[in-house]
Amino acid sequence: MNRRVVITGIGWITPLGHDIETAWGNILAGNSGVAPTTIFDAKTFPTTFSAEVKDFDLKKFLNDNEFEDHRNVSRQAGFALAAAKMAWKNSGLESLTDLDKSMVGIYLGGGEGPLDFTSFAQAAIDGWDYEGNDLDSTRWAEVAAKVLSPVKELEQDPNMAASHIGHCFGLEGPNFNTLTACAASTQAIGEATHMIRYGDADIMISGGCHSMIHPLGVTGFNLLTALSNRNDSPTTASRPFDRTRDGFVLGEGAGMLILEELEHAQKRGATILAEIVGYGSTADAFRITDIHEDARGGIAAMRMAIEDAGVDLKAIDYISAHGTSTAENDKIETKAIRGVFGDHAPNVPVSSVKSMMGHLIAAAGACELITCILAIRDQVLPPTVNYENPDPLCDLDYVPNEKRPANVKTCLSNSFGFGGQNDTLVIRAFEG
Amino acid sequence: MSNKRVVITGLGVVSPVGLGIDETFDALVEKQCGVRRIESFDPSKFASQIGGEVRDLKVNNFVFKKYRKSVKVMARDIELAVAAAYLAVKDGGLNTKCIVDRDEADAVNIDSTRFGANIGAGLICADLNELAGALSTAVDNPEAPIDRAFSLGKWGEKMSNLTPLWLLKFLPNMLACHVTIVHDCQAPSNTITCGEASSHLAIGEAFRTIKRGAADVCICGGAESKMNPMGLMRPILNNRVVTDYNDRPEQACRPFDEKRSGSVISEGGGLLILEEYEHAKARGANIYGEVLGFGASANASHWRDVQSDGRALQIAARKAVADAGVSFDDIDLINPAGLGLPKEDAAEAAAIHGVFGKKATETPVLCTKGALGNNGAGSGAIDLAVTLKAMQRGVCPPSLNTESLSDDCQLNVVRKDPIDLRADLALSFAGALSGGQTGALVLRRSVS
Repeated sequence: MNRRVVITGIGWITPLGHDIETAWGNILAGNSGVAPTTIFDAKTFPTTFSAEVKDFDLKKFLNDNEFEDHRNVSRQAGFALAAAKMAWKNSGLESLTDLDKSMVGIYLGGGEGPLDFTSFAQAAIDGWDYEGNDLDSTRWAEVAAKVLSPVKELEQDPNMAASHIGHCFGLEGPNFNTLTACAASTQAIGEATHMIRYGDADIMISGGCHSMIHPLGVTGFNLLTALSNRNDSPTTASRPFDRTRDGFVLGEGAGMLILEELEHAQKRGATILAEIVGYGSTADAFRITDIHEDARGGIAAMRMAIEDAGVDLKAIDYISAHGTSTAENDKIETKAIRGVFGDHAPNVPVSSVKSMMGHLIAAAGACELITCILAIRDQVLPPTVNYENPDPLCDLDYVPNEKRPANVKTCLSNSFGFGGQNDTLVIRAFEG
Repeated sequence: MSNKRVVITGLGVVSPVGLGIDETFDALVEKQCGVRRIESFDPSKFASQIGGEVRDLKVNNFVFKKYRKSVKVMARDIELAVAAAYLAVKDGGLNTKCIVDRDEADAVNIDSTRFGANIGAGLICADLNELAGALSTAVDNPEAPIDRAFSLGKWGEKMSNLTPLWLLKFLPNMLACHVTIVHDCQAPSNTITCGEASSHLAIGEAFRTIKRGAADVCICGGAESKMNPMGLMRPILNNRVVTDYNDRPEQACRPFDEKRSGSVISEGGGLLILEEYEHAKARGANIYGEVLGFGASANASHWRDVQSDGRALQIAARKAVADAGVSFDDIDLINPAGLGLPKEDAAEAAAIHGVFGKKATETPVLCTKGALGNNGAGSGAIDLAVTLKAMQRGVCPPSLNTESLSDDCQLNVVRKDPIDLRADLALSFAGALSGGQTGALVLRRSVS
């Protein structure tokens, strides 16, 4: 009666590559995807670098008709479509002709599309009453109606990536988008798992996509002083758990997984990459700006996921950390892991691939879960690069700088979002 | 499979016609209209100049005293959610941290670690005054009397004119974050961003969350404000709003009417308290009704086109009815979105015909948008609250401006005057205008 949920396909578009093996190879080699920002001219911004997806060409992932249909997608929805295509192909579902599409759904943690900032800013300036020091909404309306594009405005809605994927694959099952900041795609995958368990769907495309590498996105994070300012050395800027860390590095991309009910997957002879066994989700309910000092919410999320998985703490072979490289997150996440694992904590390897990929915000959790799947496949742990200076407040085994061969069967992946959103997933090698 | 049952024990509504479910419901029954000429900014050069504003909302009245400093970082959408949350927990008799801090109760009567939140949100519009003020300094030619040109380079230096926490006002999950902080909800918390379907999907997910045992109580629904220049401009650009009723705002939004020509923007919030039945019974809570079934689907035809047969609505409705273990013949009240848009209303009518068959023209249909307009993510929850209240009171408010049903909308829309209602089972659904996500819920009036 209990419906089990397995992963039968993966796909991603990341700053380290546009296919599974290239990006994974770069991660294992410790390569950085961070460089000076080219999407817009950021030279006067406090942070001038980011982890961009380079040379992305949606045409390579879609046939001509599909490309024509989806040509107006926003940047992150394009990533999402490409990653979903990749995952779908990887799962072997492409060749299945008798799928009940009303039982195939989508649950994304999709970000909002980038604002058309140049047009927006010019309308704001033209609409500004410099003498009265106030917005003249009548003047603004006249300009905005001319310069803003109906399609671009519509494509900003955060649910649009899920809509494009739904159309591309003809899916009529449940279609959700969550936007719980940096926790979004982990939460999406957890909730999608429950939809399959309950019977709302047999298959879910789940994951996330985001691109905030645009002037207003960088402005927002710079104002919060959340980004690293290491402008003279972009590749060493993301240094999770290192004592000299000074903020996260903004990345972009998409990660998509095919979640499938076990019997459905077995019946069609699918290759099972891993099983999703546990999900935990909590709110800090503390402050919108700070994480709870005692890591209350993070601890509760991890415990809930481990309990849901029904595994012993010592069964967790690897933790994919949220590990943003901000002073607060890394300290409190360490505290949370210690809170859950106690004296066993130093024995559990923990790493953050954000040290190489940057922080993909809503897409981060999905891409990080994919690295867990690949860690299980290849029996190797991805490193935390740029780890040079131990921090007394971060005293765990962070798999520093070099990948590490290991027996990896069960992995835990954390995502913590602004405002105290905590989500944890536990996956395990499938053993029948 | 869990046999836990989920009931509704509190309703919190902030709408253009009232604060609170009773005020809102009474106004709807009295045929008051919340759609008026826009006052919060000068709309005179916009093609559409009307909307449903929530006037005189003072968010300080809905938080605990120490939290008042935090209202500075609340976008309007967040204020609406925070107000609706307070009204919902009060209506539900939940003495949360906020209620105790306000000296309205002696002790907290709910386990925070078993209290979740699931709140639908929209793409929150930046405060245009604030952002434009900061942008106005980032020009290449500041001395020019007109035609000043925006300079990205200058902006990099001038961005500090904005407050450091600027971004946090506009993250969609901040509705749930503020609500969870104010009322201390530490169980699963989610933010669903699926346009007009957000509330139904959020409530459906909360229903599942309680059923699987991850929470005893969830505060769920949605809130959104489209009442700002950007919120008005976006639907104008996409031809979604009425433009020919600027002189008669109270007649503008006309669900299923032959003269309907578009929706009207608005703002509002609806949050419901969903609670595991035994938990509610143990604390002697007032029970409005039960969530019986949930179904979700999506318009896979095209994200911008309407499915003329309302296919996704039909799939979602069928799933919800099957999940509830009832049949369409049992449903005695229907609540569609009824936005007043020509194609969308017709598609909803077609969907109702598709699933109800002959009963489609008999079953009473409850619509609120003529009076409330469309706020997006919060509209569905307000509709569900009104639907529950209508079943409880035995009165269905009329759909404002539905005068003569169009040929493609032959339904029993309750119109002109309120009617006595004897309804135990309601079906409510909504689909996202942009994107096509669709959710449906079946609610029962009482617990049997």
